[in-house]
Amino acid sequence: MTEPVRRYDVLVVGAGPAGLAAARAAASHGARVGLVDAQPRAGGQVWRHDVRRGMPAMARRAFAALAAPGVDWLPGTQAVLAQPGWLLADGPRGALQLHYRALVLATGARELLLPFPGWTLPGVTGAGGAQALAKQGWPLRGKRVLVAGSGPLLLAAAATLRAHGAQLLGIHEQAPLHALRDFALRLPRWPGKALQALALRTRLAGVAYRAGSVVVAAHGDDVLREVEIDGPRGRARLACDQLAVGYGLVPDTGLAELLGCRLEAAGRHRRVAADALLRTSVDGVFAAGEALGIGGRDCARIEGAMAGHVAAGAEAPARALSARRRHARAFAGLLHETFALDPRIHALARPGTLVCRCEDVPLGALADLPDARDAKLASRCGMGACQGRICGTALAELGVCRPEASSDGGRRPPLFPVRLAALAESFTHDPQEKRP
Amino acid sequence: MSGTLRLEVNGQPVDVPDGASAAAAVAVLGVPFRRSCGGQPRAPLCGMGVCFECRVRIDGVAQLRACMTPARAGMRVSTDD
Ligand SMILES: Cc1cc2nc3c(=O)[nH]c(=O)nc-3n(C[C@H](O)[C@H](O)[C@H](O)COP(=O)(O)OP(=O)(O)OC[C@H]3O[C@@H](n4cnc5c(N)ncnc54)[C@H](O)[C@@H]3O)c2cc1C
Ligand code: FES
Repeated sequence: MTEPVRRYDVLVVGAGPAGLAAARAAASHGARVGLVDAQPRAGGQVWRHDVRRGMPAMARRAFAALAAPGVDWLPGTQAVLAQPGWLLADGPRGALQLHYRALVLATGARELLLPFPGWTLPGVTGAGGAQALAKQGWPLRGKRVLVAGSGPLLLAAAATLRAHGAQLLGIHEQAPLHALRDFALRLPRWPGKALQALALRTRLAGVAYRAGSVVVAAHGDDVLREVEIDGPRGRARLACDQLAVGYGLVPDTGLAELLGCRLEAAGRHRRVAADALLRTSVDGVFAAGEALGIGGRDCARIEGAMAGHVAAGAEAPARALSARRRHARAFAGLLHETFALDPRIHALARPGTLVCRCEDVPLGALADLPDARDAKLASRCGMGACQGRICGTALAELGVCRPEASSDGGRRPPLFPVRLAALAESFTHDPQEKRP
Repeated sequence: MSGTLRLEVNGQPVDVPDGASAAAAVAVLGVPFRRSCGGQPRAPLCGMGVCFECRVRIDGVAQLRACMTPARAGMRVSTDD
């Protein structure tokens, strides 16, 4: 049996671009590093394993961290509870206590998914969600797919869907044309990004890209049949097999909240607060990548390396990366301006539209409830399996039942529904003495 | 391209590419993954382990997220439909 207790100098949660860079940087100073990710494979969102296509060279280089000396890589392992100095994780070999001197939170982001009439129909997914499913082998050959929502992720998702055989009906971006024009004019300041955009355009040759265009409803009986669009040319209905619609990303702050790290506002959502050396408000706890605010892959790699260095006690190499970090974060600022959400989107859900998909709670049931706690008590909204991750984020975006208004941030530990056995094991084992 | 593997969804054989998730296998069959408490058919939304709309029974264990579970040869998946 695997040892139930492991001890590390630096524990990294999340094996996306940020976490991989953090593990490698920390290990380069001789630290004993633990790297965990809930997903069965490393790579995070952007470098998710694709059943059809190989990994980009940049990802292959980053994956070298998994085999680096001093790095203990634990895939399929989810951190679910925080105790002083250690995390309880649940994985393929049962519960583990992961003890650390320094902790790096590289927990990434999730997609902003907003309610509209018909969004619960099978066939409606997120945009990044559709991309993730495609990479996992979701059958798409010959399927008519419409991509919609907002942000550069729509292009990346569309390119993946097309490579998997989908017939793309178009990409409908909510941002208006003038915002996209301004964006294009400023893009050359980030040559790497400009090249990425160009490459995506080539992969999407012949696919219509419409600005100022919003999906207002999905129609179907038991599955999606038609998508209703409201664009500059008026309303239209299109027959469609799959709708991939996402409105950007929000930082995953779940674990940071359990640890008591200070959060700060990021638009209508929140991100982990950290200083210039990526130290959070809790001693010994660092953060990197999307958890600090949506910044994209390059920003995640730079911050991951910085956090890994500082967590291992080496501040100088981290300071040397500060200028690159600021440049990458400036790009994120431009993205936020360009893809700010049109108020039309906040008004799509009607009183009868389900907001909480776990407990089937309609928006109308939440009308006069001030915060997430009241919503839970009165309607069970946020009490289902997703623990409010989908509905809570959506309600924060819509400005209904703000989560920060409630005393517990709308969430209580454990972070994910955890097997009872895992919890029981953790409290019957003596945490002393065992080493990996 | 690499090979495929065969598993069972609701008693029917399904082939998926190596490295696919259990969610892909259910999608090949084209059935809903679960029914909501109000009786509506549901299928994956987020593809990344957050929404829990893809919950199925796998090898006798209920309520597992199909999008987070790699498909294995001989695996038995049943939907909650
Ligand atoms: C669905 C989706 C698709 C995306 N596709 C692209 C794309 O094609 N191109 C692009 O440039 N950007 C894409 N992005 C944006 C992406 O967030 C960044 O580019 C990049 O992946 C961020 O790196 P990161 O390391 O900060 O976070 P991520 O890559 O998100 O990695 C975070 C990791 O932390 C793990 N984690 C979180 N909490 C826990 C926990 N409690 N226990 C264990 N593990 C945990 C997660 O499983 C995840 O693997 C996508 C985002 C999403 C949400
Ligand atoms: S599709 Fe959302 S958890 Fe699996």
